Amino acid sequence: MDKKQQTPAPGKTFWRLIKYVYHVSPASLIISFISVIIAAGSTVIGSLFIEQVIDRYITPMLKEKTANFAPLAHAILLMAGVYAIGLVASYLYTLLMMLLSQRVQRQIRNEMFTHMQRLPIAFFDQNEYGDIMSRYTNDIDTLMQMISQALPMFGNSMFTVVFVFFGMLYLSWQLTIVAVIVVALSIGIVKYLTKKSGYFFDLQQKKVGEVNGFNEEMLNGLKVIKVFSHEKYAEADFDRYNEELREASGNANTFATILFPIMGNVGNLLYVLIALIGGAAVLAGSLPLTVGAVASFMQLSKAFIMPIAQISQQLNSIVLAIAGAHRIFAVLDEKVEVDDGQVTIAEKPGVKNAWQWQVPENGGTKAVPVKGHITFDHVNFGYVPGKQILYDISLDAKPGMKVALVGETGAGKTTISSMINRFYEINSGTISYDGIDISDIQKDSLRQSVAIVLQDTHMFTGTIMDNIRFGRPDASDDDVYQAARLARADEFIHELDDGYETVIDGSGSDLSQGQLQLLSIARAMIADRPVMILDEATSSIDTRTERLVQSGMDNLLAGRTSFVIAHRLSTIVNSDLILVLDHGHIIEAGNHDQLLAKKGYYYELYTGKKEIQ
Amino acid sequence: MLKTLLKSVRQYKKETLLSPLCVIAEVFIEMYIPYIMGMLIDNGIYKGNMAYVQKMGLFTILLTLLSLVLGAAASYFSAHAAAGFTANLRHDMFYHMQEFSFENIDKFSSASLVTRLTTDTNNIQMAYQMSIRMAVRAPFMLVISLIMAVMISAKLTMVFLVAVPFLTIAMILIINGARPYFPRIFRAYDELNRKVRENIRGVREVKTFVHETEQIENFEKSTSKIYKLFSKAMVIMATNGPVMTLTVNCVMLALSWFGAKLIVGHQLETGQLVSMFSYTMSVLMSLMILSMIFTQLMMAQASGRRVAEVLNAQPTITNPVKEPLEDVTNGEIVFDNVDFKYDKDDDHYALKDINLTIKSGETIGIIGETGSSKSTLISMIPRLYDVTGGAVRVGGHNVRSYDLKALRDNVAVVLQKNVLFTGTIKDNLKWGNEHATDEEILRASKIAHADGFIQEMPDGYDTMVEQGGNNVSGGQKQRITIARALLKKPKILILDDSTSAVDTKTEREIRLALKRDLPQTTKIIISQRIVSIKDADRIIVMNHGKIEDIGTHEELIKRNDLYSSIAKYQEENSK
Repeated sequence: MDKKQQTPAPGKTFWRLIKYVYHVSPASLIISFISVIIAAGSTVIGSLFIEQVIDRYITPMLKEKTANFAPLAHAILLMAGVYAIGLVASYLYTLLMMLLSQRVQRQIRNEMFTHMQRLPIAFFDQNEYGDIMSRYTNDIDTLMQMISQALPMFGNSMFTVVFVFFGMLYLSWQLTIVAVIVVALSIGIVKYLTKKSGYFFDLQQKKVGEVNGFNEEMLNGLKVIKVFSHEKYAEADFDRYNEELREASGNANTFATILFPIMGNVGNLLYVLIALIGGAAVLAGSLPLTVGAVASFMQLSKAFIMPIAQISQQLNSIVLAIAGAHRIFAVLDEKVEVDDGQVTIAEKPGVKNAWQWQVPENGGTKAVPVKGHITFDHVNFGYVPGKQILYDISLDAKPGMKVALVGETGAGKTTISSMINRFYEINSGTISYDGIDISDIQKDSLRQSVAIVLQDTHMFTGTIMDNIRFGRPDASDDDVYQAARLARADEFIHELDDGYETVIDGSGSDLSQGQLQLLSIARAMIADRPVMILDEATSSIDTRTERLVQSGMDNLLAGRTSFVIAHRLSTIVNSDLILVLDHGHIIEAGNHDQLLAKKGYYYELYTGKKEIQ
Repeated sequence: MLKTLLKSVRQYKKETLLSPLCVIAEVFIEMYIPYIMGMLIDNGIYKGNMAYVQKMGLFTILLTLLSLVLGAAASYFSAHAAAGFTANLRHDMFYHMQEFSFENIDKFSSASLVTRLTTDTNNIQMAYQMSIRMAVRAPFMLVISLIMAVMISAKLTMVFLVAVPFLTIAMILIINGARPYFPRIFRAYDELNRKVRENIRGVREVKTFVHETEQIENFEKSTSKIYKLFSKAMVIMATNGPVMTLTVNCVMLALSWFGAKLIVGHQLETGQLVSMFSYTMSVLMSLMILSMIFTQLMMAQASGRRVAEVLNAQPTITNPVKEPLEDVTNGEIVFDNVDFKYDKDDDHYALKDINLTIKSGETIGIIGETGSSKSTLISMIPRLYDVTGGAVRVGGHNVRSYDLKALRDNVAVVLQKNVLFTGTIKDNLKWGNEHATDEEILRASKIAHADGFIQEMPDGYDTMVEQGGNNVSGGQKQRITIARALLKKPKILILDDSTSAVDTKTEREIRLALKRDLPQTTKIIISQRIVSIKDADRIIVMNHGKIEDIGTHEELIKRNDLYSSIAKYQEENSK
């Protein structure tokens, strides 16, 4: 997925894709392949037959005194048989490939999603949301299109061309040369048109992207445009983008649709040419040809040109699908999160909601109680190599301590908090939880022992109840009510139409940012973990409500280790330990009074001499 | 719907008409060619007349070339007509959206407007292009082929009497059988996309709460649903091709048999039978294409409806019809018994019984809890929404009697959810006044305390703001938007929680600068922080859509419980 990463040859991706499809259902692919050949063969025999009917059966009958219809009837029956086989074959491959494409979409989507769940957070930082999303939608859709339509049609056209070629050769190699010359010329035309249309389609896509980007920005800012009466300027800019798109789109579609009328008529041209040359040859007797053979040849020549136009069209969609497949495989090839820890978390036998670490030792396990003691020992970290974010961070958060992280945006506050539940791998140093190196703890267990309230809250489509219960799936309804009350979310939930059963949209558009934060706090409260991380958890809540939430939170935090990141210093003055961060270094540490006495950075922040940006 | 959409054809009428004309001419020639070819075989080759073969051959080549040119022209015209029509359609939509009121925008939502302007117009373009080319070609070809076939041999055409109804009924059955699945498939797709979206956006939540397994199970439900629905639809759709082939094959065999009988009976010539085969193929192919066009047009219909909805939406706030006032003389604001609700059908009033007079040049603070309608109150002044009852007057006149641009130029609002646009910082500032001189820009930036950090940026005022303004911090963005509003030189300046991300010290300096440099301007400041408004001439305390109290800081702290409790809490925490 790295942009610098080299794109492998399309051929390689193509074979990997075919292998993938083959593994989903080997029988479907093999039967379809054979059916395609049979269907193409029967089509060619069919068009040969039509001409031979006249030459072999009808013309001789004219010479007889009493026409004998028996040979014709015989031939027609035989043909009906050939047609029937062709029909069954084409039905078989159409159906099988359609169904196969659906099985592939299900499997590949499931695999991609399952794999995605195991990818490290870094993957989501490095790849844009829309980009990941389009792999699930556009890329898989083009892939399905290719499997269900382009691939069988491509095969069919290919085999038709091959069969027709042999059919023509059988009838007359001299006329075949004429046909091949015309076809060679038309391939030239196809190539030119495809290149042109490809160019204009790329251009069109680029312009579409520009117009969409512009629209997105302008329509999302429509209210600001109105406040500034800026409509006229927006319109002028829009017209420019719109005009460019119109031109590119007109050209792209011209070249896309022009192929078939041109190829159709080139087919007609070849037809006439064969009639002229073949006819002349028959009349002059210079070639050993019958009229019927010429007529058959004419018919075949028509079946020679159209598949070539089709092949070029299918080739386009196959190339598109390969590009998509490449992007899908890139996700599947991403390395999953490192998770080789052996230590797990488990409920203490017989005691509810009391937890212990199960540390493997000499073949057995040793139980260590979960207390929430977090230490950082000379931790260095950077999201990308060569760009260090945290420098030599050491800290000791004893069980029950409230630790505050203070500093400018980009100082590394959120980064430190992300290290605790191992969203990222540190470069050096150690982080331990109750004396156990967190890299020795199984990831799921580690995360089950830390709760986070993030600054940007995300909910999932479902009821309010479901969303709070997200924190602990086995929580009872009463647990949910209690958590909501503590988080002060209870009040606004009751005002909603269906209370706790109100279905909210995952994008959270139906709730205000402040309300989402309250829900998010409730969700963390119900999770009830020994370590809590609150990252600007109350930034969008008005101060009065914040105070109420704070009291609920203080109850919750009592006895738990907590890490608090807050913009408003008022919420952290009562912390046991305040760490002041600057450009990834801890520059001051201590409690509120100690730091004020120091008259350093914290003092300046607190007295408003310095601003936090 | 069609009438609304077709208004946008305008200058592309010529191309729109030329495309079907070329198509019709092309079809005529294409249909004529098998006829000549039949003659060429019968009268030329079979009779050994080489001169005739050459003459007719040459004629046919000319016709083919002409048909090629016409076909290409039809492609050109149809593609350009459709692209032009759609460009006009987007133009009309975009311009119309610019006239939308906040109410219109809320109703559609920005996201939905984006889809309508992009995806939906794209579907319409494809449908339009098809309508003026393929949708003309197929029925025309059908009719001509039938006529030609009848002319050659009315008796043989009888075969169609069986084949065409059979094929038509089969097509209808297939389309009807598969159609009910599609809306369900689309819904399943929406659900799938939603799940992916939520899992990408909420990846930290999923990991934090160790919800991977549940999410995967949930996701697999969606892919299986799509698989099941699609497979059912496909079993039906897969019969389409074979039914078509079956019909063609049977017709061909029937023609061979009955044709032979007619030829033997000297009622038909062999060349005519060859032509007959061609026309038969044309008839059946056109039927097939027609069914395809029909399905595609059905799909575009939904898009057409959605676009027409936008074009037919009436802007709920428009300029006064006759002689709008162009000049706002002063910054006096009067709310006279104002009631307001966001939706007519709502029971709940967002504002109720608001009576308020603000003198020109006064500084007003507004405070209240989240949801107390602070922002709603000030939206009435620049007519972002129209009042439901009562009246709002600015400078002595009802806001409805002003020209909208004049009113909004004089009432500058810095919205809570503010945005910067792609372009340089200077470009963004010039939104306030496109003719602003560098000196004016500098002055406004200094008042808003934005000059300092802008100068420190790599390209100063010419620094590019990225899409969404991601390269400036929240506090910086707020100060740029304040400067932008100041450049309007408004009579009334409204700051809706616009300094929330600015530190208290800088905020105070901005406030003092506003007071010093804009003494004539009425200033309204909404804030959650008491410190931001305590120096105001008067402070309005909002509570559940009503004005609870108005007074100075000292008065309110004594007599208003809500105000004093907020003040007390904030006081405590800043100590």
